Amino acid sequence: MSQTLTHTLNRPALRPDRNKGRPAWDEQPGAAGQTLKGGVLLLVLAVVLVPLWIVVLTSFSTSGAINRAGGLVLVPDGLTLDAYRAVLGDGPVTRALLVSLVITAAGTLLSMVVSVLCAYGLSRSRSFGHRTILMLLIVTMFVSGGLIPTYLVVTGLGGYGQYWALVLPGAVSVFNILVLRAFYSGTAADLIDAARMDGCSQWRILWSVVLPTSRAVTAVVALFYAVGYWNSFFNVMLYMPTESAKWPLQYVLLQYVSYGQSIPGTTNSGFGSLHQQSAPLSLQMAVVVLTLVPILLVYPFMQKHFKTGVLTGAIKG
Amino acid sequence: MAGTFTTKTKKVGAGSSGGTEPAADAEPDADGRARSRKRPGRAEEGGLTWRLRLRRDRSLILMTLPAVALLLVFNYAPLFGLITAFEYYDPLVGVLHSDWAGLDQFRALFNDPLFWGALRNTLWLSFVQLVLFFPIPIALALVLNSVTSERLRNFIQSVVYLPHFFSWVLAITIFQQMLGGAGVLNHFLAQHNLGTWDVMTDPHTFALLVTSQAVWKEAGWGIIVFLAALAAIDQNLYEAAAVDGAGRWRRMWHITLPGMRGVIVLMLVLRLGNALTVGFEQFLIQRDAVGHDTADVLDTFSFYYGITTNNYSYGAAAGLFKSVISLLLIWGANRVAHAFGEDGLYRK
Repeated sequence: MSQTLTHTLNRPALRPDRNKGRPAWDEQPGAAGQTLKGGVLLLVLAVVLVPLWIVVLTSFSTSGAINRAGGLVLVPDGLTLDAYRAVLGDGPVTRALLVSLVITAAGTLLSMVVSVLCAYGLSRSRSFGHRTILMLLIVTMFVSGGLIPTYLVVTGLGGYGQYWALVLPGAVSVFNILVLRAFYSGTAADLIDAARMDGCSQWRILWSVVLPTSRAVTAVVALFYAVGYWNSFFNVMLYMPTESAKWPLQYVLLQYVSYGQSIPGTTNSGFGSLHQQSAPLSLQMAVVVLTLVPILLVYPFMQKHFKTGVLTGAIKG
Repeated sequence: MAGTFTTKTKKVGAGSSGGTEPAADAEPDADGRARSRKRPGRAEEGGLTWRLRLRRDRSLILMTLPAVALLLVFNYAPLFGLITAFEYYDPLVGVLHSDWAGLDQFRALFNDPLFWGALRNTLWLSFVQLVLFFPIPIALALVLNSVTSERLRNFIQSVVYLPHFFSWVLAITIFQQMLGGAGVLNHFLAQHNLGTWDVMTDPHTFALLVTSQAVWKEAGWGIIVFLAALAAIDQNLYEAAAVDGAGRWRRMWHITLPGMRGVIVLMLVLRLGNALTVGFEQFLIQRDAVGHDTADVLDTFSFYYGITTNNYSYGAAAGLFKSVISLLLIWGANRVAHAFGEDGLYRK
């Protein structure tokens, strides 16, 4: 024990900066351990960030730079916006981008309205029938009809080739409702009772009391829904595999980059005219970056809200 | 089918949440209906009859209706659609009027080498992911937890969570660009005269490829639950152990790992319960590259041999087979968790 103590007492004096946040009883790790840990963490960071760097850089590179690099570019050589000009011209990628944005916005709005209402409706303990409805919800997390019966229901309702088929079947996430509900159950019961006494309707309470006090968790759930809509492609494969004019961006990316097909209807669009100036690879990477950008844009906010959401939950809970 | 599940779980719900309900009033219920004697705790709340409570809470119930309606249409209606697995379903005449097949679809399924291939692939890929994927988030969480600088820790977390929010299309495109025939890896190999190795189309290494994709995309996100478990461990335990002379490793063995045990068992239960679900979209995208012998799993089997061939009943039978086995797996994994004295997914 004495050895440990002298060890920990001596070290901070030598390297005060390294020991910030380390409790006094904790011994300073050895050099080998530190190096190994640093190496592992660096490797982890590199594995995530380097591919993203290469993809983004290639999308901004001139065809000369891409040719010199023999493919993907690792070091900035010549930079240009040509690929984005070509992709964002009057072509299928622009249309797919718009489709994706609209589906994501509309779907997220619908999902949030439905989920917030349902979560609040179930969050008041002792309300009539809430346990029955809750069980009705939870059952769907364990038992599902599966792919084909769902497909038959959606197509039976005339969903083939319709945009609603991409939104409605997955509009309700029971898990998200449970997250919201757990939060609402913990929000200021006194405040709600007081509002009730003052004669507020439940709708009014939800709008003026519950929602303003739970912005963080609402934001986190909205972002989870939004990411889900933005990233989905299988329902396109299922419900509109042939109607290329309606495809959202992920499916266009799949066709164009992964399957290496040319996008139908590109002959008279921006692709044809700029094909000689920009290497196709930079165009492909530009499409990749376009699918990535919205995620990267909302990500910092998501992080912040995630943290505050957890914190407020802990304080109020 | 849905009906039986609802009633069964309703009972469970009423029983298990009874503890959180306030005890029934000491006074007997005013109107003394037979109904209130059956469920004293619920009907006597505030001395209100169920009619009054319904009136009082009607706006709350109204709020749940949109979600319930969507679930009824897109989750419960398909449950009845499972009948197609016992029919020769014909889209032209509909579910109700298609010819009854009994167990013929299942007989055909069990005689189909493609189905057994898909099942074998599913189990094999699931096993490889369990062995190679499962420990990584735990190890990462331990390493990250030992980083003392909060800013550095937050930065690393932000980076490793990121790929979770990418689509599979995007993740696989990135892998294609790194490891594919024209990718960074092969460019490097060619430059150093080491030949070529198109990882993306090599069936022999497919299990490793999809596992590394899953690790790249989800392992970082997976550390959240373990970090939460680590944060919940009482720091005084570490101090007491350190004062008693326990070194770094002994503290990890006697404090950290027992503190994470519950979460680890829970994640293991979930993983085993989902053993038949191994990244559907991931295989859909890469099937053409490595061939169906390697990439078909149970989920994609339903899609390729049910929907794209219009053989709906056959695909539904495969889906039903998977669902039933999955439920059994969840149940079994929970039994194992209970045997180890852990809660698992639900309590005993």
